[in-house]
Amino acid sequence: MNDMRMVERQVGTKPIKISGRNVQVYYGDSHAIKDVNVDIEDNTVTAFIGPSGCGKSTFLRCLNRMNDTIDICRVEGTITLDGEDIYDKKVDPVQLRAKVGMVFQKPNPFPKSIYDNVAYGPRIHGLARSKAELDEIVERSLRRGAIWDEVKDRLNAPGTGLSGGQQQRLCIARAVATEPEVLLMDEPCSALDPIATAQVEELIDELRETYSVVIVTHSMQQAARVSQKTAFFHLGELVEFGETGDIFTNPKDSRTESYITGRIG
Amino acid sequence: MTDVTVAEKTSKHASSLHQTDVRTKRRNASEARFRFYGLTAIAVGVFALIVLMASILSNGIPAFFQTYVIMNVDLKADVLDPKGNRDPDDIAKVMTFGYTPLINEATKTLVAEIGGEVPGLTDKMVNNMISREAAGQLRRFVLAHPDEIGKTVKFEFLANGRIDGYFKGRVTRESAALDSNVSVEQLDIADALKRDGHLETRFNFAFLTNPDASDQRPEAAGIGVAILGSAYMMLIVLGLALPIGVAASIYLEEFAKTNWLTDIIEVNISNLAAVPSIVFGILGLAIFINFMHLPQSAPIVGGLVLTLMTLPTIIISTRAALKSVPNSIRDAALGIGASKMQTVFHHVLPLAMPGILTGTIIGLAQALGETAPLLLIGMVAFVKDFPAAPPEGFFDPATALPVQVYNFTQRSDPAFYERASGAIIVLLIFLLIMNALAIVLRRRFERRW
Ligand SMILES: Nc1ncnc2c1ncn2[C@@H]1O[C@H](COP(=O)(O)OP(=O)(O)O)[C@@H](O)[C@H]1O
Ligand SMILES: [Mg+2]
Repeated sequence: MNDMRMVERQVGTKPIKISGRNVQVYYGDSHAIKDVNVDIEDNTVTAFIGPSGCGKSTFLRCLNRMNDTIDICRVEGTITLDGEDIYDKKVDPVQLRAKVGMVFQKPNPFPKSIYDNVAYGPRIHGLARSKAELDEIVERSLRRGAIWDEVKDRLNAPGTGLSGGQQQRLCIARAVATEPEVLLMDEPCSALDPIATAQVEELIDELRETYSVVIVTHSMQQAARVSQKTAFFHLGELVEFGETGDIFTNPKDSRTESYITGRIG
Repeated sequence: MTDVTVAEKTSKHASSLHQTDVRTKRRNASEARFRFYGLTAIAVGVFALIVLMASILSNGIPAFFQTYVIMNVDLKADVLDPKGNRDPDDIAKVMTFGYTPLINEATKTLVAEIGGEVPGLTDKMVNNMISREAAGQLRRFVLAHPDEIGKTVKFEFLANGRIDGYFKGRVTRESAALDSNVSVEQLDIADALKRDGHLETRFNFAFLTNPDASDQRPEAAGIGVAILGSAYMMLIVLGLALPIGVAASIYLEEFAKTNWLTDIIEVNISNLAAVPSIVFGILGLAIFINFMHLPQSAPIVGGLVLTLMTLPTIIISTRAALKSVPNSIRDAALGIGASKMQTVFHHVLPLAMPGILTGTIIGLAQALGETAPLLLIGMVAFVKDFPAAPPEGFFDPATALPVQVYNFTQRSDPAFYERASGAIIVLLIFLLIMNALAIVLRRRFERRW
């Protein structure tokens, strides 16, 4: 694994943004997440890796309660955001999702203009009081999504007309526009070519300054390139969680070692 | 790959590409056969359609033309205004019956003018050449223009249905000889009138605007009330079925949890779509007329019954349209903190719109052509007066296009048969327009994602 460009590893302690305790997830009778405990730090990129079907997406979707939309899905245990239980009865998932944004595996821009794609979130959350303010938010978000230069001349063109990589960055810009505190990304690069992937990865590294980023990836190289913390899931269990460098160079669990050396997965 | 013996150079495929092997030949033959079957099926279908259209058009187009006799009528003051004071109330006291002699006289004069000396021609035959509708037409004119009394005015009267039929080929000299309602002598006179320009057959816009007419006056019958009645019912169906159907579908598709209750509802909606329409008629009769005491023959009842019938169609197509919106769009909206309702109304519904509109229009088209339930709720009655403007008009008696077709075909005079076909053409044109609209809307709203 000498092709890895290890990002600087700050072994400092940052405040904990999200923490999960004894999290269990069931789809009907099947037990998809088994007793997961994890602490996700602020201003950190945390990578979830593991073989396909091990529950990475499931756990990620617990963090902004996207699983609520699946009828048969049941979540147990506690997940807190800034110390507050997000599964508390008083919590409105809509409010939660404004704080915990999400980028999906398949780029899914709305079939509307680029501008409207980005402006939608701020509009429904009332983040802009005037058109000028909204314009400013849109521009800022598109810049953060590293796509401003490519689309600034065609903000009224449909977002679905962009290339796959551009669409994904548009979706990131759209997620950023609502000013979330945590950004969840479920295999954001799996539909992208290597150049677009590099652009998105660069972007993720920048986003870390402002957000706590959680990224699911099936590519260990990607995890190594962009993340500071890595969690390895296997068959619904969190097998190992720690500094990315440690996980890749010095795995403690034999399953982690098998996975990163390519024997499982 | 160590255990592979070097393959012999004998291939299973035919040695030359220029030779078709047996399997390929057989495959090609079966493909050719299949194409032939398909083409035959299409040819049969197209042929049936052409025969159908040709027969409807050839039977129905004459309904849009009508024969008129043009003559001068002497509006005799002593007949129309016996008291001579031009008081509208007194003029109105002269009934339609009183106008007939004036027309008879005018017809006689006209026939004499053109030198119509036909042996065996009686006065009664001459009088009968003009539609019985003429007296009513004359009376309406006089009541509207009392100052014309005493003058001689030029009128265009409808010719009797048989005379009209003669110029459309429905009545021939041979058939007239056997028909007690028309005589060969009348046809001679009609020919003479036509030659001298006193009789002409031309486009009959009144077919679309006139109300129905009695059995003796097929030439005056129109489908105006039926068109209006159908339009009223479509308004009611659109106004009720679209919002109810879309709301129900959105709830079932986007909000309701899947459990046994929603499963039962779903099965029942599918079953409802398959219920014969006459059952809805019985339901309408029992609920809307016998229980709620809504008026019979009224568009409101017909509209309600057709709404019940159309709802399942709209719900099923709306749900299909909602289902076809990819989940990624919902995820995208929910993921940035849109509520369920915002997600549905801002993103899912607009994308489902083409499907919803198509389903609605198809449902409406079905409702427009529906006859059986309307027969049960009394919309088959003979209605001569136009319903008022909505909303009061929804409660006035009216007929509907398909029922009017049925009604026309029940009458003995063949002139009504022609009008039934004419009404079918109108119905088909409406259906074509609606389907074209559905296609246009679908094209217009269609988006790729
Ligand atoms: N909507 C669902 N309904 C039922 N089972 C599901 C659903 N989504 C995921 N699962 C199951 O949960 C397990 C974990 O899936 P997932 O979280 O998608 O894995 P990963 O993202 O790691 O590939 C799998 O066994 C999968 O079959
Ligand atoms: Mg996944």
